[in-house]
Amino acid sequence: MDKSGESAAGPEPTASHLVTITFRIRRFNPEVAADAEWEDFTLDIDPKDRVLDALHRIKWELDGTLTFRRSCAHGICGSDAMRINGRNRLACKTLIKDITGIKDGKGTKPVLVEAIKGLTVLKDLVVDMEPFFQAYRDVMPFLVTSGNEPTRERLQSDADRARFDDTTKCILCAACTSSCPVFWNDGQYFGPAAIVNAHRFIFDSRDEAGEQRLEILNDKDGVWRCRTTFNCTDACPRGIEVTKAIQEVKRALITRRF
Amino acid sequence: MSTETANAPSEGGGSTGTTRYSVDNPAPLMTPPRARTARTPKSTRTNFELYGWLFMRLSGIVLVVLVIGHLLIQLVLDGGVSKISFAFVAGRWASPFWQIWDLMMLWLAMLHGMNGMRTIINDYAERDGTRMWLKMLLYTATAFTVLLGTLVIFTFDPNIR
Repeated sequence: MDKSGESAAGPEPTASHLVTITFRIRRFNPEVAADAEWEDFTLDIDPKDRVLDALHRIKWELDGTLTFRRSCAHGICGSDAMRINGRNRLACKTLIKDITGIKDGKGTKPVLVEAIKGLTVLKDLVVDMEPFFQAYRDVMPFLVTSGNEPTRERLQSDADRARFDDTTKCILCAACTSSCPVFWNDGQYFGPAAIVNAHRFIFDSRDEAGEQRLEILNDKDGVWRCRTTFNCTDACPRGIEVTKAIQEVKRALITRRF
Repeated sequence: MSTETANAPSEGGGSTGTTRYSVDNPAPLMTPPRARTARTPKSTRTNFELYGWLFMRLSGIVLVVLVIGHLLIQLVLDGGVSKISFAFVAGRWASPFWQIWDLMMLWLAMLHGMNGMRTIINDYAERDGTRMWLKMLLYTATAFTVLLGTLVIFTFDPNIR
């Protein structure tokens, strides 16, 4: 009796770590319908899994037409930035248990997943990143030097390296730029990501084109359109202090002038 | 939430299948609205936005002093608001100090407010036409108020009948 009771309950604990969670995904397919709409998928999934795992399960087991970007799936390539429960995050760094309440083996609310805002949606969660990368290219994100090439490394002191350390961490996922309300309304604004990557070179002691980059960001669509809403700092999956970097560029422009 | 990106003529296609696109009925070409094209304005290469940004900070600091002083004198000290009359205003504007005070307050507050509204219009207006007309209205209203106020401060006649 005891044994049979135990063995009946035996498989239960192994399966009970799974919880039933509804994923409400913003679907858009221009070849089927002109409007985007929400679609629900319900999964039994380990709450310690990531949202990306859930998307994989949906794509592989439920609906193969679900379209999203991901490459490395470990928070480095920056492909899978999306708006999850109204906040820009990387699907591959967001654990399901961190974004949803779980009660009696069920999620209390559906998990909302949609494409990042401010860029044209091509299909489902895939957006056209070209305007984002255009702004990035416009700030000259590469080392510019003059004179002869050194035969060895271009040396730099620890303090000089630390000056721009924070902004070297950017993975160009567009979570910051697509969380910026100024960018939502006017894509001509360079956006936080481009300014962060300009900051990385403006404050690099080895680089010589800081003046040019400052001149580019002094433009009417440059840093002065920043309203310091801190959306970008909150959105950055790498923890870059984006707004601080933008303010440092502003300060550099002011002190250069006066 | 504006994730509506398709600009296809929506034929009320709630049910899928009825509006399926084909070779003869292709999906609409979506031109990315953020692309930098020939119509994109050229970079400005001026320091206008820098000065505008700086002006907001500096005028804000000065306005805190001017406005709080103004409110104290007008509403709190010496009998409060009930003391304000034509004679009170005439008495204050007899002194060049208060004339300058009020003139600075008028100009700084109006320009500060105008610049703030200008950035709000730039941020929120979606079409170039809307943006242009709203700014025209703003500049006209600002110029009118500033000029009228300046005229009154300098041509104020305490003996008017």
